[in-house]
Amino acid sequence: MDEHRQKIEGHHEEHDTARAHAHDGGLRVLGASDPAATPADEPMTSRTMDLAAVRAKLQAKTGKQYWRSLEELADDPHFTELLQREFPRQAPAEWDEGVDRRDFLKLMAASLAFAGLSGCGLAPEGHIVPYVKQPDGMTLGKPLFFATVMPFGADAVGVLVESHEGRPTKIEGNPDHPSSLGGTNAFAQASILDLYDPDRAQNVTNFGELRGWQQFLSSAQAEAAAIKTRNGAGFRILTGTITSPLVAEELQALLKLYPQAKWHQWEPAVSDGGREGAKLAFGRYLNTVYRLEKADVILALDADFLASGPGNVRYMREFYRRRKLTGPQSEMNRLYVVEPTPTVTGATADHRLPLRASDVEFFARALAAKLGLGGGAAAPAGTEKWLDAVAADLQKHRGTSLVVAGEQQSAELHALAHAINAALGNSGATVVQTEPVEAAPVNHLQSFTELCADMYDGKVDTLLILGTNPVYTAPQDFDFASKMQKVRNAIHLSSHFDETATYSQWHIPESHYLETWGDARAFDGTLSVIQPLIAPLYATHSAREVLAAFGEKPAVSDYDALRERLKAAYPSGDFDKFWRKTLNDGVVANTAFAPVAGGAKFSVGSLAAAKPLPADQIEFIFRPDPSVYDGRFANNGWLQELPKPVTKLVWDNAALVSPKTAEEQKLTYSIASRGGEHGQVVSNVVDISLSNSKVTAAVWTLPGQAENVVVLPLGYGRSHAGYTGTNKGFNAYAVRTSQALFTATGGTMKKTGDNYPLACTQYHFNMEGRKILSSGTLAEYRANPNFAHEGDEKPPDSDSLYKPQDFPYPADKPAWGMAIDLNSCNGCNACVVACVSENNIPVVGKDQVMRGREMHWIRIDRYYTTSQSATSGKATGDPSEYNASLDNPETFFQPVPCQQCENAPCEQVCPVGATVHSSEGLNDMVYNRCIGTRYCSNNCPYKVRRFNFLRFQDWETPQLKLLRNPEVTVRSRGVMEKCTYCVQRISNARIEAEKANNGSGRPIADGDIVTACEAACPAEAIVFGNQNDPTSRVAKLKAQQRNYTILGELNARPRTTYLAAVRNPNPELERA
Amino acid sequence: MSVPTTNAAPANHPEIRRLVPVLARGYTYESVTEKISDVVLKRPLGIPWLAGFALAFSFLMVLTVAVTWLIAKGVGIWGINIPIGWGFAIVNFVWWIGIGHAGTLISAILFLLNQKWRTSINRFAEAMTLFAVACAGIFPLIHTGRPWMAYYMFPYPSTMGIWPQFRSPLIWDVFAVSTYGTVSLLFWFVGLIPDLATLRDRAPHKWQAYIFGGLAMGWRGSARHWHRYQSAYMLLAGLATPLVLSVHTVVSFDFSVAIVPGWHTTIFPPYFVAGAIYSGFAMVLTIAIPLRKAYGLEDFITMRHLENMAKVMLATGLIVAYGYFFEFFLARYSGNKFDMFLVDQRLHGPYAPYYYALILCNILTPQLLWIGKVRRSVFMLFILSLVINLGMWLERFVIVVISLTRDFMPSAWGRYSATAWDYATLLGTMGLFTTLLFLFARALPAISIAEMRELVAHQAGEHE
Repeated sequence: MDEHRQKIEGHHEEHDTARAHAHDGGLRVLGASDPAATPADEPMTSRTMDLAAVRAKLQAKTGKQYWRSLEELADDPHFTELLQREFPRQAPAEWDEGVDRRDFLKLMAASLAFAGLSGCGLAPEGHIVPYVKQPDGMTLGKPLFFATVMPFGADAVGVLVESHEGRPTKIEGNPDHPSSLGGTNAFAQASILDLYDPDRAQNVTNFGELRGWQQFLSSAQAEAAAIKTRNGAGFRILTGTITSPLVAEELQALLKLYPQAKWHQWEPAVSDGGREGAKLAFGRYLNTVYRLEKADVILALDADFLASGPGNVRYMREFYRRRKLTGPQSEMNRLYVVEPTPTVTGATADHRLPLRASDVEFFARALAAKLGLGGGAAAPAGTEKWLDAVAADLQKHRGTSLVVAGEQQSAELHALAHAINAALGNSGATVVQTEPVEAAPVNHLQSFTELCADMYDGKVDTLLILGTNPVYTAPQDFDFASKMQKVRNAIHLSSHFDETATYSQWHIPESHYLETWGDARAFDGTLSVIQPLIAPLYATHSAREVLAAFGEKPAVSDYDALRERLKAAYPSGDFDKFWRKTLNDGVVANTAFAPVAGGAKFSVGSLAAAKPLPADQIEFIFRPDPSVYDGRFANNGWLQELPKPVTKLVWDNAALVSPKTAEEQKLTYSIASRGGEHGQVVSNVVDISLSNSKVTAAVWTLPGQAENVVVLPLGYGRSHAGYTGTNKGFNAYAVRTSQALFTATGGTMKKTGDNYPLACTQYHFNMEGRKILSSGTLAEYRANPNFAHEGDEKPPDSDSLYKPQDFPYPADKPAWGMAIDLNSCNGCNACVVACVSENNIPVVGKDQVMRGREMHWIRIDRYYTTSQSATSGKATGDPSEYNASLDNPETFFQPVPCQQCENAPCEQVCPVGATVHSSEGLNDMVYNRCIGTRYCSNNCPYKVRRFNFLRFQDWETPQLKLLRNPEVTVRSRGVMEKCTYCVQRISNARIEAEKANNGSGRPIADGDIVTACEAACPAEAIVFGNQNDPTSRVAKLKAQQRNYTILGELNARPRTTYLAAVRNPNPELERA
Repeated sequence: MSVPTTNAAPANHPEIRRLVPVLARGYTYESVTEKISDVVLKRPLGIPWLAGFALAFSFLMVLTVAVTWLIAKGVGIWGINIPIGWGFAIVNFVWWIGIGHAGTLISAILFLLNQKWRTSINRFAEAMTLFAVACAGIFPLIHTGRPWMAYYMFPYPSTMGIWPQFRSPLIWDVFAVSTYGTVSLLFWFVGLIPDLATLRDRAPHKWQAYIFGGLAMGWRGSARHWHRYQSAYMLLAGLATPLVLSVHTVVSFDFSVAIVPGWHTTIFPPYFVAGAIYSGFAMVLTIAIPLRKAYGLEDFITMRHLENMAKVMLATGLIVAYGYFFEFFLARYSGNKFDMFLVDQRLHGPYAPYYYALILCNILTPQLLWIGKVRRSVFMLFILSLVINLGMWLERFVIVVISLTRDFMPSAWGRYSATAWDYATLLGTMGLFTTLLFLFARALPAISIAEMRELVAHQAGEHE
């Protein structure tokens, strides 16, 4: 990491400064919900005021004193609680429609006005006071980095969070954390926006009316007493996957206290296949960890292991480290993917076989048979050759091969994968089993079904729902919403007032992971401490606190509970030292689970015979969405506006169908004249009927999708997500039943005749024979290491009136450059969100995207090529050839930031000199000089410039002000912007370098500057540095023969160059 | 007041047609002066003028609304996007600037070439030029993202020592258009001085006399005045002539200097100038035909004028056609794949209908002008002038917008669709243009009285 990113161990002090800052930062308008203002140890009932008393108090004062006293009153938590209780109907009038932040504030103001304030709307005057005593380690204006983890399903991504004067602003990967190794994914990058989401629930509510936490505590304690008398009967807890030992222990304590209480789990987007498959293979639930750095040949069976599922960030890094080429002699791993719909893993695989999800298992059965494991299933029609080649390749690489089964697949497939791995000698080498990471692994569907049945039978009296949204995610045949009405007292903890909240008696706003203490286990069992970066912005609480409210010690804080647990679990001589080291590193050292000995005891022959689905039958599969996952990120604007890796759709999901299916069903689309290929595609709408329910969805034709598969991405169509996420796309949960959670058959898809505009940032997928993305096979690369330069048309420098050699860049200064290794990019989008976060890039909304005005400074272009071995320079774009390959095209991704041309076309045409060249070769944008003629964008051949057509930035919402990176200008409307190579990071590094050695300075070292995209990239595809320094990483990459520039013939001489993609296909499978 | 009736010969007779004069016979100094000045001084406003003015003014109000909303919200109310950074605003700018060519061309170049037939049309053609330049001048200003900062484009002495970026064609534009506008205004005003004095002298009301007297700047019609006037007019004509050629050449640099396929071509300067003259004459016809009808000026703006203008249109139209042809030829000849792709897109791309419409309007239909009967049909000329105006607008649309939709990176290809605000702005500038014309027709002599008197003298000389 950079020198300037010092990690400071966190302790209570920074907790307090964060809180102090939150007050100065304008959040006081929300003071009513400020938890800090309510002393936790003082019961609410001990000091109530009635309104008459307040009035009397007010009437006793006049003039200036009047104002002052009101200020005091308004700040008094008891007074505000009193107001809320006195005027409950005013406050939550529209609660059922979801918490509307503006209305909430309006009503809060109205409440105060009722109490005698003239509602003039001016915030009380505040004073900005500098730190009297500066917190340790903090220099104003310099960010600090703290280690924490982002819990996500059965994983926790280790992150370092950048904090500016107490405000977390940016997520980076934690190189010391095994699940990150320094990289992050799009979800982790975007999670910071969730913290500042103005639509978050801000107050404890009961039947939609505002309540204080104290009132909830009293109610919970009263409930607990009643539950105790029933011995726990009727007390149920529903959670998602829990990997936090702290929460789990709190849960276990409750279950012990109330023996008849039950804990249920429900994680909607992950199947039980992984758990049950392990049970089939090993006799019990075990966790599977891959060692991709050791795998030479990998077969992924409907597994998007590079972008989804536990450990994906680390797996990406390990996988692509095996694909780094230094020269023609470098070796590469090889990836085969069998999958129903293109994922980033499959799209960039060396070989990809599209198969229906249900056929994947039969493919695996046939593979097992081929490898001599028994069973006798035939491979799905047409896959025999492929199967033979894969089987041979796997056998050739015994002990260094790996079979990965997908998260949404059946238990049988997982068991088969375990058996094959064991048979190939991969167990213990490329794959290991450990104890489960989940605190209490159960069959989620079973557990959830049991809860629903009991609710139906009226056996559930008090239901705690922690952090999940079952009303939205439950299978539709459970009719969970109506069952909720049979529960006397449902208490729901969640970040937003969502669908489940509307059916719950109590709603507790949930703290973001950046606001709370806690712990979580990563994919390999490593325990990490969740360390807060800021005091809760609102009256939010953690799952552990809510659980504790029903326990014997409701007042213990998360911080104390966590320390107690760690003290007990990891006894060491000096706990404080251990604690500080743990916080500093972000991991509890050496807590990864040891591999479990003993191979798979699974006999393939024991699998019950099954019949594959008839080839002409349509299969509907449910998959988490690449942007909003299971719906939890639906209100995250950064993710909503993030083009989905393969489809490039934003703001909507669509039923994905294969080109053949679309043709058969006569599904069409048209490119709208507004926005066009770079914005809006109007698509047919279909009715999907599945198990007695129906959903209406827009259709998207996806090249490479298996025939007769319709993908229904989960996570959209939410009714109570918030301003950003409500009513976007269609709700696939509405047709999902418990019998067919991930793969459903027997449904129909019928064209309705309606059309729907979809926002798509890149519809055109043909390179038109231009030299944009260069690719080849390993064999071609070895035969011709210079293949990336075949057909180069770069004009000689002598053609120019201004000879570059006559105007050289100073050799003693750095020449910034970037090299992007296309061989390592699978379009996962982490860099795009990282860039948005670092550079304060606005979210513009679906309407503006449909007009072709999205603002991303780095975009990921996706191209399909025509044949397995085609190199881009030769692709003809001939439609017939093209159509033939639509069913399974080769897909390439290309991140395109500003190319920082030395001969920049944009600079020549700007009339006011708002875009100028720096001596270090940067193409600088001067926002306050820009008048917005857009000439530069027209003249940019790479179209990387972005224009503020309207005022896209939100200047009012106070939360979003806290989010912004103070080192980057927030652009106003009417100015052009574009990638700067993170010039603020360059400046920081330069300042540090100049200060070094007591001011005599030192050169900026390679790696001192890491751009946001480079830092986020889990595959290490992006490298930035000084190309004048031959020892720098970027200079070495650029020295490779694979290095080329996009459209070199234009002689723009970009500083951003690309390394041609090299695929490693199996020669046996190569097309003749 | 004895205004003779028109005695023009039947226009279709070839032998007599040659004799169709630039001024109908029988006019005296007195009658010419009366006929022209009465339009300004005596004639009541009347329902048709009021109705027409009201309509034009309402469109002008559309412009004010559109521009106000634009400044309040930003250029995002238009259909532009990435990659199509320039839309209607630049199309309209180039179109209006092109229209603004005919006036100065008629006044200055034909004056220098001693073409007498220019006399009766030069005044309103110059006015039209000024108004078109005014319409055009709005667009570069309002199309910027931050119009209140547009003064950065001028080389004013900034305390920061920052100058405009002189390599940018947009800066050249600023100078070319403002110079052209200034010289055109001066040329027009200098030409007006003797007539203003005439109006001053004939004004029935004192306030009119004051206004015209002030504007006449003390003109007394002495020989010395006339001598200096003639020299000044000649000098300004000489100054304006190169500007006619330079202004659209510089406008074409906005495109040809950029590297966008479809813009980056050396044929643009002559082709743009020809196109400008083409559209300018079309617009002069569009205005002259209703004007002569409404104010009974058929004797002054005769068939000879109309026919001459038709011939100029035919000639410049052919130059434009040559330009279109060479766009194709050069793309093929250069072997540049981007250019070849572009011309292929012109014919087969999503915007091909616009290109075919352009060919129909600008090349095919105007070939009718080869036919003498068409050239001498007022109705046909009017229709053709409208078609050519439309065609020239389409030409700019094809060049500016469609070239941008599909340039180098297929991943960034997009499309453009104008919004209601785009159309409102275009219609609004038409409103501004016609409003100014309506005011001009009633506030100033639409035909140069002084020069018409010269024609009378000339005609008298012919007969003696």
